[in-house]
Amino acid sequence: MNAATVGPTAEVYPYGVRHSAKMIKDLSMRAWQYRAQVLRMVYERKSGHIGGAFSIAEILTALYFHHLRIDPENPYWKERDRLIFSKGHACAMLYTVLAHRGYFPVEELSTFRALDSRLQGHPEPAKTPGIEVAAGPLGHGVAIGAGMALAARLTGSHRRIYVILGDGELNCGVIWEGLMLGAKFGLDNLKIIVDCNGVQQTGTTAHIMPTEPIADKWAAFNWHVLEIHGHNMAHVLDALDQADEIHDRPTVIVARTTKGKGVSFMEGSPLWHGGVPNEKQFEQAMSELEEGAAQWQA
Amino acid sequence: MASLIRDPFGPSESMRKAYGEALVELGHARKDVVVLSADVQSSDFSNMFELRFPDRFFNVGIAEPALVDAAVGLANGGFIPIANTFAFLFETRALEMVRTHLCYGKANVKLAGAYAGLSDSFDGPTHHSITDLAIFRSLPRMTIVVPADALAVARLLPQVAAWDGPVFLRLCRNEVPQIYTSVYDPVIGKGITLVDGEDVTIIACGVLVADSLRAARVLRDEGISACVVEMHTIKPFDTELVTQCARLTGAIVTAEEHSIIGGLGGAVAECIVSTCPVPLERVGIADTFAECGPYTELIDKYGLTADAIMEAVRRVVKRKASTNEEFAEEIRSA
Repeated sequence: MNAATVGPTAEVYPYGVRHSAKMIKDLSMRAWQYRAQVLRMVYERKSGHIGGAFSIAEILTALYFHHLRIDPENPYWKERDRLIFSKGHACAMLYTVLAHRGYFPVEELSTFRALDSRLQGHPEPAKTPGIEVAAGPLGHGVAIGAGMALAARLTGSHRRIYVILGDGELNCGVIWEGLMLGAKFGLDNLKIIVDCNGVQQTGTTAHIMPTEPIADKWAAFNWHVLEIHGHNMAHVLDALDQADEIHDRPTVIVARTTKGKGVSFMEGSPLWHGGVPNEKQFEQAMSELEEGAAQWQA
Repeated sequence: MASLIRDPFGPSESMRKAYGEALVELGHARKDVVVLSADVQSSDFSNMFELRFPDRFFNVGIAEPALVDAAVGLANGGFIPIANTFAFLFETRALEMVRTHLCYGKANVKLAGAYAGLSDSFDGPTHHSITDLAIFRSLPRMTIVVPADALAVARLLPQVAAWDGPVFLRLCRNEVPQIYTSVYDPVIGKGITLVDGEDVTIIACGVLVADSLRAARVLRDEGISACVVEMHTIKPFDTELVTQCARLTGAIVTAEEHSIIGGLGGAVAECIVSTCPVPLERVGIADTFAECGPYTELIDKYGLTADAIMEAVRRVVKRKASTNEEFAEEIRSA
């Protein structure tokens, strides 16, 4: 069974009741449009990671356009919520969301992975507004997030720390060091989202390095666990809200997603972890993504 | 001017006790300093800070990658984190975090590398740290500071905390002689000329500074006038002072508790080869792992002594006097 098709197995919450249909429609449409933007960036540069960017589209959109307390005009505002994009290779989607949220001009997205660009192949802090820490070498998000959460607690701040991991990233040992750290200090201001798209560079996670049962593992490490459909905007928004209501331990949102989501020939295939489409593939993919966006239009 | 060097040296003092005390002092002076340990606080005496400031001390367990990563997070929140574990674990197990987040990512984290060099002598080569300078020196944006005695730890730690960017503070485990009087006033990035001399310059760091001063005293009686420079900062490197020493004395000996590859000797060689090539001899650990044993006997066996420095000085002064051809002939016949 492809892990990407596994639905939530943990306790099922009444997802989808707290947010208006209009907001869900608007955010979902954005996510599809951002996939098209990422496709263009990778196609033009002939380099980048599409599959993991497509699987995280709804989650990043929900965070930046609704949930996070941030100020794009003032990206280093002290009390901003922090977001660590630990699966740094998928940063084309992060850059796209940041640009559309106003962190830097949307036109700059065309410089992705080019010489002299602020949009490095993997995120570089200080260079790109909105990037908190370097990412790309996988596994660091949880422990760094724990440090950020400790810093917030020490100063009595209510800011929250969000970390986005891939499920392939769970192969890394330092992830589990971070889990113990978050639980030891009871960091309820630390919220991890695992983009479980079930696929990594050379195959399915189930085949390369089985990490299931992910939810049970995090629960065993004394984390609060939520499990959702990661492309269902109502699920994503509700889970983010519910994570804020947990006050004795850190929360993980296990988001079931599809690698390459939205393009038929990319979905669930490791070939599109780092693959670059040719012209024909580009056109077909673009047409499918436009259809995807259109389904959310009035 | 009051003398900088104690003559004779003061009784030996524990470097780690000096570190623990300096850390507490720093904790009082700066409320933004937090201390993390990978469960070695009873070894490096950072538990003195833990005792005084329990709310600003975090034991992350035996997890050096998480130690550095958590410090990165605390730095992002505006704190000055001082991460503590054995020096060899920073240079090996946590190296990726140091490179990616501290150096590339500019996280303002300070690493206090305990038990450096051969100072964890009885624990053996698995715990020795003889390649840390070479590894960290090659990282862009890294700063490396090596105190030479207990007072140096107290004087340098506040500067390490105030420094803008990552720092590796290299600390000896053991008791070392007190070299300096209270006028000692080091500044990160600037070497210090401790003794003037004309025939050769001995450039040393850490526990080899004391031996270099001893060597210079004996050599003076032999008629060799040796300048002694303390290079407590390995990076950024004081190329100006080293070049000036090369010009004025025409020969250099380096002395460090580190492999002869890539550390202080390597830094001096890289410097003078492009500014003022002069004969250079490097005193350090040959390209080998050491073994376990009592500290003084161990450093003796592996050639980190005043005697080894004097031998190196005699060799380098002789080379300076020879023409290159004569030297080549000497090498061939040796």
